[in-house]
Amino acid sequence: MIANNGIADNVTINEVKTKKERNISKYLGKFAVYFLLLLVAFTCLVPFYSMMVTSTHANSDIARKLLLLPGSEFLENYHRLIDTVPIWRGFANTLFITITSTALNLYFSALAGYGFSKFDYKGKNILFLAVLGTMMIPGQLGIIGFFKLMDSFHMLNTYWPLILPSISNAFGIFFMKQMCDSSIPTEILESGRIDGCGEIKIFHRLVLPLLMPAVATLGIFSFIGKWNDFLTPMIILFDNELQTLPVMIASVKSQFSTDFGAMYVGIVISVIPILIFFSIVSKKIISGVTAGALKG
Amino acid sequence: MEAQKSLKGCEKMRKSSINKSKYGFYFVVPFFVSFFIFGLAPIIYSLYLSFTKWDGFSDPVFVGLANYSRLIHDTFFYKAIGNTLIIWILSIIPQLILALALAMILNEKFIKGKHFFRAVYYFPNIITPVTLGVLFSLMFDWQTGSVNKLLMSIGLIDDPVNWFNSPWLSRIIVAGVIMWQYFGFNMLVFIAGLQSIPEELYEAAEVDGASKFTIATKITLPLLKPVLLFTFITSIIGGLQLFDAPLMLGNGPDNSTLTMVMYLYQTAFKNFDYSYGAAIAYAIFVIILIFSLISIKFSKMNKVEQ
Repeated sequence: MIANNGIADNVTINEVKTKKERNISKYLGKFAVYFLLLLVAFTCLVPFYSMMVTSTHANSDIARKLLLLPGSEFLENYHRLIDTVPIWRGFANTLFITITSTALNLYFSALAGYGFSKFDYKGKNILFLAVLGTMMIPGQLGIIGFFKLMDSFHMLNTYWPLILPSISNAFGIFFMKQMCDSSIPTEILESGRIDGCGEIKIFHRLVLPLLMPAVATLGIFSFIGKWNDFLTPMIILFDNELQTLPVMIASVKSQFSTDFGAMYVGIVISVIPILIFFSIVSKKIISGVTAGALKG
Repeated sequence: MEAQKSLKGCEKMRKSSINKSKYGFYFVVPFFVSFFIFGLAPIIYSLYLSFTKWDGFSDPVFVGLANYSRLIHDTFFYKAIGNTLIIWILSIIPQLILALALAMILNEKFIKGKHFFRAVYYFPNIITPVTLGVLFSLMFDWQTGSVNKLLMSIGLIDDPVNWFNSPWLSRIIVAGVIMWQYFGFNMLVFIAGLQSIPEELYEAAEVDGASKFTIATKITLPLLKPVLLFTFITSIIGGLQLFDAPLMLGNGPDNSTLTMVMYLYQTAFKNFDYSYGAAIAYAIFVIILIFSLISIKFSKMNKVEQ
């Protein structure tokens, strides 16, 4: 402002006016832009705030009032929820399934990506196209056959049908192949071979450590995807004790038709871990989405 | 003995040049084994089951095309196709506009707190869709939901709105939840696209005295067109498979929010008509295929014009 006044001495009043007007409209524009940004951010966060606040109130209050501040009924709601739904068991089940299938997904994606990137053999390009082609198939096309096939393998009501398919992740292979192409120098592999390392050993000792940044990025997305998986566990698992968290949340809705407090507590238990996870690795997640978008 | 062995191994390796080709093949085999067992075999088996009558208890009986001729006359299925398309269009168009606007704003240099905004907008995308469905069905409950309470307390409405009693309001809510969950993801994709536009173009335009609006319409949008089209096409495949969140929001009045995959799920796993469910799965696949082909053709026509 001081600088502006200094200049104002040297120019005509008219020009000062237009300059001031321009400044005002610039500030107004900035204000409008920030207002829009904050408004959208508010809409993104307010359902989560509402969910947390509502979970701390008694059912009678939830039904009657607009709740803006936390109450003191959280533990009562929580106890009613865990009396009927083994929600922490579901949490542990989901964690187990997610970790094992993410590990399988990462290992075999890296292995196959490396196999497509650094080797030459007959039919390699056709096989890679076939991998990419599997990405086009909609997920639920084979769901009925999957159910019947798992029945004849006696794998219904076990975790095998949820974990083993993670070995074949087409996007993971595509991603890992790109990473091998760009960040694994062929000289390192050659020096490993000269030292007499076996091919598997070369992969474990030399390639996998170099792929770690890519493994971390793919791992985060594989983890989120598996954590949120709903249809497959719902049709494969029958026992309540084996069920995953998303299916339990869905069943909470039908079991507690009027107990809103307990339902909100269930939602909170499902969202909070993701919130914590996201606030720790949000930078990595966002750069991962951007990297994936550029590749696509 | 050990040393000799490894020495021998080394010589062998040196002879066979760099590419240990058969190993590369072994490394990709697990993918194909797993895909054949858990991916392809179920798909083929589903095709077979779609030609049978199977209720899950007795053995499948071959019935030829009976399921498919039943599907052609199934008004529920047509309704589900229509619902899915309506919900998809209601969610994708505002979603892409909002994502594009926010991406262009967040790509401006003067904006502060870029990471915060990106993170907040993207956050809904990683929340379990089922949980979101339950959360929004509670929030929009007409007697106890917080949305009606909020609207009434700020005086926008006098009486609670019975959202899920109106077919169009129900569809708009489902579309709104989908939009709310995915605009942040699309925004990140658009930001990546914007950042790949060379800086010199903008500088040249600024030197020429172009206004922000001209730059946006004459430089940014045309260069971003491939990314926009790509997002639109990929959203068809996802949008036509809507399931988790709409299932939690319910079928709506007169089944107005029953999507195709919800119909598949309810036919097969609620009414135990598995073989008819398999036929529906194949019909959904064909519909997705047709829409993808149309949009690919459309985007190619666009390229030729340019």
